[in-house]
Order: sequence, then C-alpha cells, then structure tokens
Amino acid sequence: MNDAIIKAEDVRFSYPAAEGVTPVVLDGVNLDIREGSFVAVLGHNGSGKSTLAKHFNAILLPSGGKVYVAGVDTLDEDRLLEIRRTVGMVFQNPDNQIVANVVEEDVAFAPENLGVPPEEIRRRVDDALKAVGMYEFREHAPHLLSGGQKQRVAIAGVIAMEPRCIVLDEPTAMLDPIGRADVLRTIKTLNRERGVTVVLITHHMDEAAQADRLVVMAKGKVVADGTPKAVFSHVEELRAVGLTVPDTTQLLWALRQEGLDVPLDALSDEECAEALKALLQN
Amino acid sequence: MALKDITLGQYFPGHSPVHKLDPRTKLLAVVLYIVALFLANWFVTYAIMFLVLAGSIAISGVPVKSILRGMKPVVFIVVFTALLNLFYTGGDTVLVRFWIFTITLEGVFRAFFMVVRILMLISGTFLLTYTTSPILLTDGLESLLSPLKKLHAPIHELSMIMSIALRFIPTLIEETDKIMSAQRARGADFESGNLIQRAKALLPLLVPLFISAFRRAEELATAMECRCYHGGEGRTRLRQLKYRGADWFTLALFLAVTVAVGVLGRFGL
Repeated sequence: MNDAIIKAEDVRFSYPAAEGVTPVVLDGVNLDIREGSFVAVLGHNGSGKSTLAKHFNAILLPSGGKVYVAGVDTLDEDRLLEIRRTVGMVFQNPDNQIVANVVEEDVAFAPENLGVPPEEIRRRVDDALKAVGMYEFREHAPHLLSGGQKQRVAIAGVIAMEPRCIVLDEPTAMLDPIGRADVLRTIKTLNRERGVTVVLITHHMDEAAQADRLVVMAKGKVVADGTPKAVFSHVEELRAVGLTVPDTTQLLWALRQEGLDVPLDALSDEECAEALKALLQN
Repeated sequence: MALKDITLGQYFPGHSPVHKLDPRTKLLAVVLYIVALFLANWFVTYAIMFLVLAGSIAISGVPVKSILRGMKPVVFIVVFTALLNLFYTGGDTVLVRFWIFTITLEGVFRAFFMVVRILMLISGTFLLTYTTSPILLTDGLESLLSPLKKLHAPIHELSMIMSIALRFIPTLIEETDKIMSAQRARGADFESGNLIQRAKALLPLLVPLFISAFRRAEELATAMECRCYHGGEGRTRLRQLKYRGADWFTLALFLAVTVAVGVLGRFGL
C-alpha cells in the first residue's frame, strides 16, 4: 500500500517561447505520492500547481525530468489509457466536464470508453453514484443540478473508471459553501473508505488543512512539504510566497509575536481553543 | 426576454407504448410513413394514412392540442401551397373564372390533398420528437447509420457532436442570459429599435459567447481525454437498444400500410 503511485523526478515544464521569453512553469519538481494517502497541493495563482496536476495523467508531458504513474513513464504513449485509467482527474468547472445530458449516462462515459460490458457499466455507475451520494439523481439532467451536485457527478464519472488515484484541480473554486463542504466530505470518504489516493489542488487553507500531507508550491518549485501542522507553523515562509495561514494558526502566531507561550501547531478549532484555555489557566 | 423558457426537442416524457418503442423502430416507421404519404393520392389512401396517424397519436397520449400548436410556423407555407395548387392546376371542370385566374375542380382536390399531406407529414414527425428523447434519437440514428461506418463515414463522431450539442444548449442559453444581464446593467439595449439596430445590439453579445464556447470546448476535450475517450473504437454503451415484439409488430404494420397504400394509389384510389 505504501508504494509511490505517482512519482515526479525533477519535472520541468515550460510553454513554447513567445516573443523571446520562455515562461518556465515547473522548475524541477520532485514528489512521491504514496498509494492511499490524501495529499493537498497548495499554491498561489501561477505557482504551477495546476500544471503539475496535468502531468499526473499525461495531459501534459514534462519538458525535462520524468513522471511515473504506478511505475509507468507518462512519456510511454502506448500505455496512455492505462495511465489515465489509474489516475482520474476532476477539474474546476463542473459544467465543462459533464458530457451527457442524463446523470447516469455521464457517469457511464468513462467505462463506455474503456469497452466495459454493459452489465458491468451498470454496476459501476450505480456504485459510483452511491459513493458520491447522487444515486437518487441518476435520471436527472445535469444542468438542473446545483454546482456542488454537478461536481459530485463529475467525481462519480471519474470513480466509475475505478482509478487508484484521483487528482482534483481546485474542485471547489466555483462552488458555494454548502457545495464545497459536500464535495470535500465526498473526497474524504473516498480516501478513508475506499483507499483511493487523493491529490487535492487548492488555494483554500482550510481544505488543505484536512489532508494528511501538504505540499506548498511557489514559482514552479516545491517550497514546503510535510503534515499540515508542520507546514502551517512556518508562518513567515508561507507569507513570503504570498499565502496566508488558517485563522487558528494566525491567531496563535500573533499571540506568540506578543511573547505568549502557545503552540503553533493547533490547527483545528478545538485544538486552538484548548491551547487558549491552557494559556488562560496559567 | 426569458431565454430559459425555450424548450428543446419538444420531448413529452411519458410511458405510452409509443414512448417505449425502440427509437430505431420509430425512425424507420416515420420514414415508411412519409413514403406512404407520397404514394397516397385519393380519398381511400389518404383515409388509411389518417387512420394510421390518428391511431398513433391516440396510443401515444400526446395531446392533439400540442401537435396543432406546432403547426403555427408552417401556416404560411400551407396556405401558399394551397393557393398555388388551387390556381395553377389545369383541368376540364372549370368552377370559377375571373380576371386571369381559373379554378378547376381538379385544382380544388389537388390543393386539398396537398394541404392534408403537409399537415400529416408534420404531425407524424412531431409525434416522433414528442415521444422520443433527443438522446435516444441520437442513439437510434447512430445505430441505424452504423453500416456506413464501413465506408469510413464518421457516424460515431457525428452522433457524439449531436449529443454534446444537445448537452450544452441549456448551458449556453444560461450563459447568454448572464451576458445579456451584465450588458443591460451597463446600459445595452436589446429590445428597442428596428430589426437592423437590434441585430447590431446582439453583436457584442455574440463575441463573449463565442470566446467562452471555445474555452468550454477546450476544457471539455481535456476532461473527455482524462476519461479515456479515444473515439468510437471499442466503445460499449450503458444503454443497449433492443428490438422487442412490439417493435417488429410496428415495423410490419407500417410496411404493410406502405405497400397497401402504394398498390391502392396505383389504382387511383
């Protein structure tokens, strides 16, 4: 279970030169993503996090370095389908990734492409829709669903491929708070109950805080990598790359700046409250 | 202007035997029906066709009113055809003669039959779109045309394009609504002025709509690739089209009607 499902070795990527300038998007990224883990990739706009994500299922190919998906080099064109079946991808705008005009037809799209027999497609579609809690909407038209519901249908569409890993590129950026919470809950359930590896690209601190591991990117490089608690306690470094920290960490950090002895790694509201209580009792 | 009110495909969901027929059966039946309509040429044959149509409508449970409502856009063509046939059919039995016009008995019959033919043609095709969802229609067409794949005709691609177009129509309508509201908020005027002025007002609406449609297309293509789309080769389908007893019966019935009408028509009935 602990093998690297995705392995990036010194990955470099730049878009074709325009007017003499070669924009370097990825500048030597090394990353191992273990099977079964929940990794959040945090970064500011233009940090290269989405570009990195697109390397994980061979939508983009590295200009330098290598990406391996379950041991297969993404440059190997003959095994493209195998790579894409292993790592599924969900994008920001749910409208632009739903193909069919009935929910269950859309979820069936990937298994249909893979030539799965009809009875097996039916089983996978029902299973995937139940996993995201959209089974009762299976005969609805997608455009009549809410943003959060559409995004969950999009996730079901990927799960129906039965991938080992799901990469989500800012899946909650266009959703309202309720939709965001639903999608996040779905992602976490998939990770915990089905052991699907999750890579969540985001710029929401509170989403990133829920992962097992947090990778921070800036200017095409990985600048921090560790548990969310460890990463968020480096407040100054995060600020330097244009990121803020969760409100709890921010509060504790401000208190520490004033010379008070509080731990910086109390990330959840409860832990933070405990830390403050301990402080007041002293 | 409420763009959202536009209904597409005019599909009436239902559970009648006509709804449950395989889409391919309905497509083929409509083709046979149209052929038979053109073979019909006198009262007996038209009466048979009318019975077929009325029977189908009755079984489908589609309200006659909504079929009649669908006729509105073609009223002009029907009237035009009727007048043309009325005035320009030569014959021996002259009924009325005035100025340069002559109306013959043959002309009256011909105009009458033309009108009935057009109206029945439209009703029949309406019944198809009223009782078959657009996706099923696309599936049916793909399946019926699939023999042409051997001639390298891009049948799968065409049906994919059609179903994606159907999928994105409501999305694009919603977007048009949004852009219109945004432009109206900044003082754009879509409602007043003559036709040319109004068409000009739509131009700044089309540009952002096209740009966004292209962006959507690109994102959709990436998302489809991520879900292992690689053309029609080796693809299976969730929903299998299957001919049942009712389908064979319907096809046999329509074939029989077409042959009967063809034969009777030759005898001038």
